[in-house]
Amino acid sequence: MRKVAIYGKGGIGKSTTTQNTVAGLVELGRKVMVVGCDPKADSTRLLLGGMAQKSVLDTLREEGEDVELEDIRKEGYGGTWCVESGGPEPGVGCAGRGIITSINMLESLGAYEESEGLDYAFYDVLGDVVCGGFAMPIRDGKAEEIYIVVSGEMMAMYAANNICKGIVKFAQSGSVRLGGLICNSRAVDNEAEMIEKLAEMIGTQMIYFVPRDNDVQRAEINRKTVLEWNPEVPQADAYRGLAKAIDENETFVIPKPLEIEDLEKLLMDYGLMEAA
Amino acid sequence: MATSTASKKVQWTPTDVKAELLKKYPPKVARKRAKQIMINETSDGEISPQITANVRTIPGIITMRGCTYAGCKGVLMGPTRDIVNLVHGPIGCGFYAWLTRRNQTDAGADGENYIPYCVSTDMQEQDIIFGGEKKLALAIQEIYDIMHPKAIAVFSTCPVGLIGDDVHAVAKSMTAKLGDCNVFAFSCEGYKGVSQSAGHHIANNQVYRHVIGENDEPVKGEYKVNLLGEYNIGGDAFEIDRILEKCGITLTLTFSGNATYDQFATAHQADLSMVMCHRSVNYIADMLETSFGIPWIKVNFIGANSTAKSLRKIAAYFEDQKLIDRVEEVIREEMLDVEVAAREVRSRTEGKTAMLFVGGSRAHHYIELFNELGMKILSSGYEFGHRDDYEGRQVLPNLKVDADSRNIEEIEVQPDEKRYKPRKSEEQMAALEKSGMKFKEYEGLAPDMDENTLIIDDLNQYEAEKLVELLKPDLFCAGIKEKFSIMKMGVPMKMLHNYDSGGPYAGFKGAANFYYEIDRLLSSNVREFLKAPWQENPELTGAYVWE
Repeated sequence: MRKVAIYGKGGIGKSTTTQNTVAGLVELGRKVMVVGCDPKADSTRLLLGGMAQKSVLDTLREEGEDVELEDIRKEGYGGTWCVESGGPEPGVGCAGRGIITSINMLESLGAYEESEGLDYAFYDVLGDVVCGGFAMPIRDGKAEEIYIVVSGEMMAMYAANNICKGIVKFAQSGSVRLGGLICNSRAVDNEAEMIEKLAEMIGTQMIYFVPRDNDVQRAEINRKTVLEWNPEVPQADAYRGLAKAIDENETFVIPKPLEIEDLEKLLMDYGLMEAA
Repeated sequence: MATSTASKKVQWTPTDVKAELLKKYPPKVARKRAKQIMINETSDGEISPQITANVRTIPGIITMRGCTYAGCKGVLMGPTRDIVNLVHGPIGCGFYAWLTRRNQTDAGADGENYIPYCVSTDMQEQDIIFGGEKKLALAIQEIYDIMHPKAIAVFSTCPVGLIGDDVHAVAKSMTAKLGDCNVFAFSCEGYKGVSQSAGHHIANNQVYRHVIGENDEPVKGEYKVNLLGEYNIGGDAFEIDRILEKCGITLTLTFSGNATYDQFATAHQADLSMVMCHRSVNYIADMLETSFGIPWIKVNFIGANSTAKSLRKIAAYFEDQKLIDRVEEVIREEMLDVEVAAREVRSRTEGKTAMLFVGGSRAHHYIELFNELGMKILSSGYEFGHRDDYEGRQVLPNLKVDADSRNIEEIEVQPDEKRYKPRKSEEQMAALEKSGMKFKEYEGLAPDMDENTLIIDDLNQYEAEKLVELLKPDLFCAGIKEKFSIMKMGVPMKMLHNYDSGGPYAGFKGAANFYYEIDRLLSSNVREFLKAPWQENPELTGAYVWE
């Protein structure tokens, strides 16, 4: 089983990209579990056709110790297993600790056992790695490959670079590696070139360029992945391509995060190219 | 151990000892520790020696210190008897702070005594994740329903600070909801500050904010005093109560041995505050003066002579011949038994040596008791004292404020609009000062230590053992953490935090008690049996028969 974590700046489209990619992997015949690591519990909405999922932490709170695997995972599109870790309301408690607890719970309930026949486990993690809890999926060998969703916007690249710092820290003590950058286009000038350059500087690859297309939003309004909503549209092929690229990926590295000056220079070089 | 002093082969100078203590440390650690080890020299107009205190313990060093929560909950608020102490956190913090200090209580006429109880929110992982405020409110309600106390004090443990539960908001809303129960909270997470001292300060602040002055019902009594910084270990406060009562002095508040909510609430009516433990209560002593006009003096009820001196100070302050005569009569009467005890033991204690490493004031207070026994203090120091506790309050304006001390709130108080009333006129105060009474003054430990002794801040396990090895004292006084390692070295050990199972040692009866206890410790031959027979005599020897 391959264990994959998707990171990236808040609002960059991690959940959307993850679920659409998972749908693509399903078409390739893979068995996938998606674990949402965000207190908002909206990481499996498209696969489940709406937010019908009761989170691991809510279940734990209500049922106490007596929790079964079936209470916390639901079957979604194409036989995927969907889990939401959940967490406290904004401003109270400790969401990071919640993620640690729910991943441990999944493990102790045997969600990752070989008998489950999983090809992939995907962790979709909230925004930046703000504290130890959000680093949980890349610690202790929980996730072994990381993909960072990024766009050509400065803050997205800044966040990606920061996440790389976290990966370095855990890669040195464990098995986690960076699999590549997924460019989720914001239609910024020279975006693909810039991200390709960024990937090269970090020592990885831009594994795929996902173009901007309103079909993604249309599918989301229908609470479906693009592949389920309309398998014929070009955007569906984009996600198929990304799924295939991940499935065939063999480039796994310990990233070399950039100094801030280098990052800003990169942005200037590519940003000004258009203006000129 | 009667021969240990005699068996000393090398006469160590304090400089040698200091160098020896630092020898094992890496250079950076040695540099830091060197500043916390002071050779006590008389200044004679020259620059007096300085000690570094109240700074972080160096990681890796096994310190004698405790945490901020321990200082706030365990030391300052723990001894109060009718305020229910609610520990907001995992159960261990509550359980291990439950009845661990031997502060005694008398349930009194009302029978309200919550000291035997351990109340905690028992936070579970779920409460950490989802926040513990609701559970805290429920716990407060439950306490109220079961015990109906006048007040509930909430203590924050480390995780509460990490997840950001707003304990003060919960306390406020529960006070409003309950109506006749004052709920207040302390942000005394263990990790704050460099030692338990931070917890003392936090406790002072909140007691001032939420309790002091809450009750204006007049307290009856001719000479009303507050005793601040006396925690009734082994019944010390009971002995002081007895003496003060005999003198006709009314105690408004003992902060906090056997204290009640109403004592705190009426403390602003006292005419004088007496500070025992300067370290833990100087904050509130100052605030009582600024807000209500109550002057404070430093007292010490440890040691018969210090007790007599302290009583005379109180009498002199009230400037009433009736009280002055009464105090003299009490001293005369009480000293009879003390002198009998001293005569009995002195031949055995005279010239013996001791080391004192305890508290933020205790190491100082006990010097007097040992003087009365004719014993010498070779070295002493505090766990959590600040520079003013060593060198005197004159260093206060020069204290370095660092990030750690800034982290603890310093509250500015103003004179109370209605209730501020200077207890003495300016002329009276000036006359008293002229006659030798010192207000708002504490000279610290150093002047009472002999010249060329070592004063060591935040002593640690290694240095304690090294000191004993080098200077071979006849007695070592510290706390439970040091007790057994020192005893194993064959040196008698007396705990001055908790008094082992003894006490009281305060006041006159306490002094006599202490004389007998120290005599018993020094005269016991039990340490001669420390070595097992096979360590002294060689094992049986034999030969194989076929050889």
